Amino acid sequence: MRLWLAVREVFARDIVVTLRRSTEVLTPLVFFVIVVSLFPLGIGPEAPLLRTMGPGILWVAALLASMLSLNRLFAADYADGSLEQIALAPQPLSLLALSKVAAHWTLTGLPLSLLAPLLALQLDLSGRAITMLVISLLLGTPVLSLIGAIGAALTLGIRGGGVLVSLLVLPLYTPVLIFGAQTVSGVATGASPAADFALLGAFLAFAISLAPWAIAAALRVSLD
Amino acid sequence: MNFFHKYSSPKHFYPLAGRLIPWFGAITAVLMMVGLYWGLVIAPPDYQQGDSYRIMFVHVPSAWMSLFVYVVMAVGAAISFIWNIKLADVLAASSAPLGASFTLIALVTGSLWGKPMWGTWWVWDARLTSELILFFLYVGYMALRASIDDPRRAGQSSAILAMVGIVNIPIIHFSVDWWHTLHQPASVMKLGAPTIYITMLIPLIIMAIAFQMFYFTVLLVRMRNEILEREKHTGWVADIVDGRG
Repeated sequence: MRLWLAVREVFARDIVVTLRRSTEVLTPLVFFVIVVSLFPLGIGPEAPLLRTMGPGILWVAALLASMLSLNRLFAADYADGSLEQIALAPQPLSLLALSKVAAHWTLTGLPLSLLAPLLALQLDLSGRAITMLVISLLLGTPVLSLIGAIGAALTLGIRGGGVLVSLLVLPLYTPVLIFGAQTVSGVATGASPAADFALLGAFLAFAISLAPWAIAAALRVSLD
Repeated sequence: MNFFHKYSSPKHFYPLAGRLIPWFGAITAVLMMVGLYWGLVIAPPDYQQGDSYRIMFVHVPSAWMSLFVYVVMAVGAAISFIWNIKLADVLAASSAPLGASFTLIALVTGSLWGKPMWGTWWVWDARLTSELILFFLYVGYMALRASIDDPRRAGQSSAILAMVGIVNIPIIHFSVDWWHTLHQPASVMKLGAPTIYITMLIPLIIMAIAFQMFYFTVLLVRMRNEILEREKHTGWVADIVDGRG
């Protein structure tokens, strides 16, 4: 019971602390909107072109936005020492880290997924494609947060950590991007998204069971 | 077991590596010359691709090595992380730039071969793409290592990254594979004859072994340098520097 309590407390605390600095929640979302709006300016406003590129644009932008917010996952707690307290707690660090990642996703991946339909309309995606987009983002962004947390934990307190994180985690993001965007672009060709969703779900199950160990190990090294 | 205990200490490994380097180097030179002569001169031209297929004698071995080196690096990283063996970390650290170089060679030769064959420098072919992502993984590993000053933390952090990477490489590979089969028509994948003639296979295998030996040679040289750098405050390194070792 104390384990559950600790996990819940860490989650609630992270949500509260992040909401107090609401710009940190809003910045990735605004970034998402701006990046998606830049694409039509760059590639031209023709609707058929936007419709084909839309799924990829939205997924890449969501991926970059969630990556940019990784910094706030551990940095503040590391700076004020509360991360060390969490690491010293009798509860397993992997579970507490998972709880922190869950809080991070709730305030990044979830709002990104909910905001995406609005931008999808701007790119002239069909109703069915938008449904696929939201479902695939809801399945895929937790994986991005979990993998990203490994990178964030590894680069804690390192100079140039922000850019370094992108170098470490972007290659690992590729499978999620491929199948996430494919669920949406498949709508145009009539392909069934079942296999893509199954794979995204498999990635999520795999990441949830293994990533917390890596995050905890990385945090222990960085706190040493 | 005694053998491993003795030679996993940098002090004893250093002279052993020094004695092995000339042997590995000689084997590399002989195999490389035989393989290149056989591959570039003796082997018959391909009935479809003419002489341009001959780049495969460099391309294929380096592509194989790019994966092999990552596995060596990840195993070394895991050993150093779990048992805290310094030499395993030296192995991983020295392997990374070599693996990245093999990956780069595979990418460049692949694109040089693609120009006459496919008419373009780059196609988003499944194997090219996963090789490119492998290159990014190497770069990330080296960048992480380079930006941490404390050698102990650098070793452990990069070890975690290497282990995460090795778990992900099969996932990335198959993802790119399935993405490719769904997105691209199979016409670009005309790799000539599906089976390979024995006259081309033998020099290819010789070249593969030559690359392997080359890797071991350069790896030992790099490991010796790395050991000297890390152990520069110890007595035995001072002895070597003063010419007493």
